[in-house]
Amino acid sequence: MSDGPPRGTWVGPDTTMAHEAAIVDEAIQKPGKPEGRGRGWLRVDVRGVARSLVVPILAVFTALVIGGFVIVLSDPAFWAAFPSDPIGAIVDGLRNVAAAYEALFTGAIGSPTEILQAIASGDPAEITKALQPISETLLSATPLIFAGLAVAVGFRAGLFNIGVEGQLYVGAIFAVYAGFALTGLPWFIHLPIAIGAGMLGGAIWGFVPGFLKAKTGAHEVIVTIMMNYIAYQLVFLVLKAEGFQRPGRDDPISQNVLPSAQLPPLIEGLRVHWGFILALVAAAVVSWILFRSTKGYEFRAVGLNPGAARYAGMNISRTIILAMVTSGALAGLAGTSEMLGTSGRLTPGFSPGFGFDAIAIALLGGSRPSGVVVAAILFGALRAGSTPMQAATGTPVDLVVVIQALIIMFVAAPALVRAIYHIKAGRTTGTEVFSKGWGA
Amino acid sequence: MTAATATIADARSRWLTRERVLGIGYLVVALLIVLLFNGVAGETTKFGFNSGPKPAIPLPDLVVPSQVTIYLMAGIAAFLGVVQLLRSGARWWAILFAFVAIAFVAAFITWAAAGKSMSLVGLFSQTLQRSVPITFGALSGLLCERAGVVNIAIEGMLLTGAFTGAVAASIAGNVWIGLAAAVAVGGLLGLLLGVLAIRYLVDQIIAGTVINIFAAGLTAFLASKVLVKLPELNNPPRFLPDKIPGLGDIPIVGPILFTNSFFVFAMFVLIMVIHMALFHTRWGLRVRAVGEHPIAAETVGINVIRTRYINVLLGGMVAGFGGAYFTLGSTGSFDKGMTAGKGFIGLAAMIFGGWTPIGAFFASLIFGFADALQNRLSILNVGIPSEILLMLPYIVTIAAVAGLVGRVRAPAADGRPFKRE
Amino acid sequence: MRLELHGITKRFPGVVANEGVDLVVEPGEIHALLGENGAGKSTLVNVLYGLYRPDEGSIHLDGRPTTFRDPGDAIAAGIGMVHQHFMLVPVFTVTENVMLGVESTRGRTGFLDYKTARTKIAEVSERHGLHVDPDAVIEDLPVGVRQRVEIIKTLYRHADVLILDEPTAVLTPQEDEELFEIMRSLAKAGTSIIFITHKLNEVLEVADRITVLRRGKVVGSTTPGETNQNELAAMMVGRNVDLVVDKGPASPAEVVLEVAGLSVLDDRGQRAVDALDLTVRAGEIVAVAGVQGNGQTELVEAVTGMRAAIGGTVRIAGTAVKGAPRKVFEIGVAHIPEDRLEEGLVPGFTVAENLILNTYYLKPYANGLSVQRDAIMATAGELVGQYDIRTPTIFNDVGNLSGGNQQKVIVAREFSRPIKLLVAAQPTRGLDVGSIEYIHRRIVEKRDEGAAVLIVSTELDEVLALADRIAVMYQGRIVAVLDQADATPEKLGLLMGGAQLEGAEPPAQVQLAAAGVTGVTEATTAAGPDVPADGGSR
Repeated sequence: MSDGPPRGTWVGPDTTMAHEAAIVDEAIQKPGKPEGRGRGWLRVDVRGVARSLVVPILAVFTALVIGGFVIVLSDPAFWAAFPSDPIGAIVDGLRNVAAAYEALFTGAIGSPTEILQAIASGDPAEITKALQPISETLLSATPLIFAGLAVAVGFRAGLFNIGVEGQLYVGAIFAVYAGFALTGLPWFIHLPIAIGAGMLGGAIWGFVPGFLKAKTGAHEVIVTIMMNYIAYQLVFLVLKAEGFQRPGRDDPISQNVLPSAQLPPLIEGLRVHWGFILALVAAAVVSWILFRSTKGYEFRAVGLNPGAARYAGMNISRTIILAMVTSGALAGLAGTSEMLGTSGRLTPGFSPGFGFDAIAIALLGGSRPSGVVVAAILFGALRAGSTPMQAATGTPVDLVVVIQALIIMFVAAPALVRAIYHIKAGRTTGTEVFSKGWGA
Repeated sequence: MTAATATIADARSRWLTRERVLGIGYLVVALLIVLLFNGVAGETTKFGFNSGPKPAIPLPDLVVPSQVTIYLMAGIAAFLGVVQLLRSGARWWAILFAFVAIAFVAAFITWAAAGKSMSLVGLFSQTLQRSVPITFGALSGLLCERAGVVNIAIEGMLLTGAFTGAVAASIAGNVWIGLAAAVAVGGLLGLLLGVLAIRYLVDQIIAGTVINIFAAGLTAFLASKVLVKLPELNNPPRFLPDKIPGLGDIPIVGPILFTNSFFVFAMFVLIMVIHMALFHTRWGLRVRAVGEHPIAAETVGINVIRTRYINVLLGGMVAGFGGAYFTLGSTGSFDKGMTAGKGFIGLAAMIFGGWTPIGAFFASLIFGFADALQNRLSILNVGIPSEILLMLPYIVTIAAVAGLVGRVRAPAADGRPFKRE
Repeated sequence: MRLELHGITKRFPGVVANEGVDLVVEPGEIHALLGENGAGKSTLVNVLYGLYRPDEGSIHLDGRPTTFRDPGDAIAAGIGMVHQHFMLVPVFTVTENVMLGVESTRGRTGFLDYKTARTKIAEVSERHGLHVDPDAVIEDLPVGVRQRVEIIKTLYRHADVLILDEPTAVLTPQEDEELFEIMRSLAKAGTSIIFITHKLNEVLEVADRITVLRRGKVVGSTTPGETNQNELAAMMVGRNVDLVVDKGPASPAEVVLEVAGLSVLDDRGQRAVDALDLTVRAGEIVAVAGVQGNGQTELVEAVTGMRAAIGGTVRIAGTAVKGAPRKVFEIGVAHIPEDRLEEGLVPGFTVAENLILNTYYLKPYANGLSVQRDAIMATAGELVGQYDIRTPTIFNDVGNLSGGNQQKVIVAREFSRPIKLLVAAQPTRGLDVGSIEYIHRRIVEKRDEGAAVLIVSTELDEVLALADRIAVMYQGRIVAVLDQADATPEKLGLLMGGAQLEGAEPPAQVQLAAAGVTGVTEATTAAGPDVPADGGSR
């Protein structure tokens, strides 16, 4: 009370009065109306849900618009034509944007009419072809769901797990090894073991920063980022080792995963595989853990207010470590599903930045598993559509990264989006994870 | 969080103090030296002190019997371990730690270069070189955090600085224009961080991460789309190393300190300027007040928000400058992701250095040394796989960050948003 | 300088903090602003100091209308403020803090000139008898000295009007006297002083004029000669206030809390609690009185298992406690923490989730790992009704509740199970009178149900009203234990400041007395500065 700033608020010297009266007013004027949802249990409030979707949707839209600008302005042809024929150049530019986005869209989802026709015809080959884009989208989304869940679990416990990238690589190493080294096992034993191995690898890589944070207070942002770089080198190292490297090859590539450890495709002929289902299951499990289990309650308490968590008798060290291990295991699953389902073998750099997309996905999804799934599918769509877009219009796939970065920025700064579109302030979006600097 | 874990930790035995752990650690280090670095009996290691084939004042090489030297280093480490256990004095711990570390590294180098020669001048010169981007990163972080804004976006700022520097210099055919452009773009990103964190109250780490992702994506996109098609935009002139006449001929010190690229000189100047400004001027006092207790600063009439904006702008500019080193001061052309985490290592150096410019510089030297060592050893073709060597700087960073928490203090208001009524 | 505020109105979202406030302060006048927590006193002076812009109204200095865009303007006009929470940078020295914002520099280079600043500080220091070491680092200084530094800051800037916001919150009654002396001497030299407080006795003692605020409006303006404590209290609260807690005598039974030779380190490694002894029995309320910073916080943390001791023991109902809050809770201890937002509640969780913060892992709220929602909702609904917690639903974010209701959530949670020991630290800090009365009543209830109650409070009124026995803590030790009947504010004040009472019994014997061994003689009041015979804080 004497020295030091008022605790718990940095808004200004005296807010007791503002606070008190605000609540009294609310209670009097709106009796019985659910306001100010805590970030606790779910209670379906349609208006609330709608309101909390406005910002993410607008964020995506705005990002696409800005992406369009980038496409136009980065085309040398545009600049060449502009001085002499500005309108024409702009029109051409817009046409390019439209073409690019159309390619993106059809690359991600395919054409709805084609799909309906194919299903009507009943021809499996046609159905497969029509569903190809959606399959690619879901395929891309699979590791993103796992990774997004990993980051979300971290956020809930107040931790910034930027190390998902490294954790998924180590998970991949473990999974691939289990996948080709254990021979003679039937699939219903081999596959679960391989999956478990992948989770273990990721969990170990998540344990280190968790342990260091809990015991020494080392900030997990720096430690996890360093672990990413170390993991990257570890992959190279491992792929040069005898038991790992594919015999007869000079380049860093592992042996192939045995059929008994592979995740089969959902529909023959399509690339999307059972990893996607596994991801949905994981989302449900994480949801249960976070909101229906005592451990999840502890995660969230430690994340929201470690002081109170200590008061409540929770073991903060153990909770942090457990959260990072869980997060790591989920990240490991991302790598696992890629190994056992998508590619079947390990090469360096197989992840085009899943770990960083995951941060955006967790933010976009409000750190809720359901939101993460939706956001992951969105990002998966962007990624899946980007290759056909590049093939069709020459727009580099990196544009998608730019768009994704813009999406994160807008989602992380809801006030910015509101300012652009002049919307009133809404409820909490689940993205307010105020860091406390380095002092833990 | 530290207090909470401390409660549980200090319930443990009081005997195992940090000092004792260190002492035991030193003994373990001595043991490791003996166990790991052996098998080179009968060989000699040659340490060179000359730079280049025709030095002004040639110095003889130092030739030592490898295994003996290694045992000597182990002995030193063991001795210091005993000293640490017996005395546990607080004042000396840093010096003892430094000596043990030096002994270990010396043993390692002796072992790795056994039967071959290692140019120490080359090693130290490279250390200084490689610490440049890290130092710039640390200084950038410092300027921001001393005012209370966490800057995770240093990596992105370095990258954009590198890109912009290369392209602008290529277009204009002039390094200085490239440098200016890099600084300007860095400043812009700094302002962006400021707007997100200060005006829109975005969590500072998220804002920084966003900028990193954005920078990485944009530079990669433009590199693929534009630079591949127009390679003349990616071929800038560079700052070439220059020797200060006279001073540059002093043996050992000359080649390291006085024969260097422009960026090294600029780095030294910047370190001194920031140090003086931060600790001896009115501006510096106010900045530090804002970083420690912004409400107090506000009540004496300091504009906290404006101070933070200015500092973030300056921090961005410094990072942009440092980014230009990668292209204009080093390789020349831009590659996707060429900063390889130097920005984050810079952050670690800033923390390691206690948020002071001089401390950050020395910390950067350590990381730069790890980097340079890795490079030298892979040239020497030592039996250690290059991947492990490449991991070295990152492992050192983790050790530094983990070992130093609680010993150094961040500015008290670091990372917290400031709202005005 | 004559200061006039006319019709000041300041609104925040959802509330009018000040409404049409008029205030006139003559040069050399000590003017007290009185009101309970939340009445708008701090808001008003923040407007005067340029931290807030008024929505309506005007400020006149010596007849001239003035506006302040920021504190810089106010300071330039001669207004200085010492805030309730000190505005000092802990890692800076006294000199650096005092000159911050008006730094002395060498010429135009911007380089700091410490020598000039130090000389100026010494001069101000001498002139007003405020002694400080210019090179001392703030975080090493005790609270009383820090306050002096704050005052020097304002005088260094040639303040004509000095605003003091709750300055006595951190002082012993003796230090209060010293402060009042400084105020009187400054006033005599022509400085006007605006002095904010909620303590009635201080107001009557030192003020020339008194203005009372309630809910943002001025409800009365008077002088000490024309009024008394009860009238002032009534004006502050708007109704007749019973300043005494209604409670019967205690009937202490067996010892529940036994602290012996306890030593605890604080966060900086200093000994905050030093070989402390204390016992509390079932059915009695023991209050630990003392100025903030004498180890009370660490004592509470050690007793509730949140901080490990480095020496001595804590036994609750016979079981030793060793740094495990959960175990302490399971023995049957309820803890109302000092800082409800930092420790007692999780803002972001719903009211329901907060109500089971201690019990979430036990049946019936959890079945193994799985959380049983229905049981939780049922209990939450009951408790909200029972304890009259004003919240629209149990699913609201607890952070949106008012301070009083938040405290009620904590009380509901802690009281709703059988407890042997209640530890309450600053239980009514920052609350309005209604909530204070409510919580005091429930605490007495618990005592009468047979719980042992340990209260730690810096509010002497609360201590004198609630406690059956009062233990005074000073520099980590209990220096005296008095029965409620024997305790007076003067005695407590002296003890809190470290003085000895002449003829006082050493603590151990007083404990024996409390255990039933009679024969404790009345301790005579020690000679000290003139303290009014009556004037107790009732």
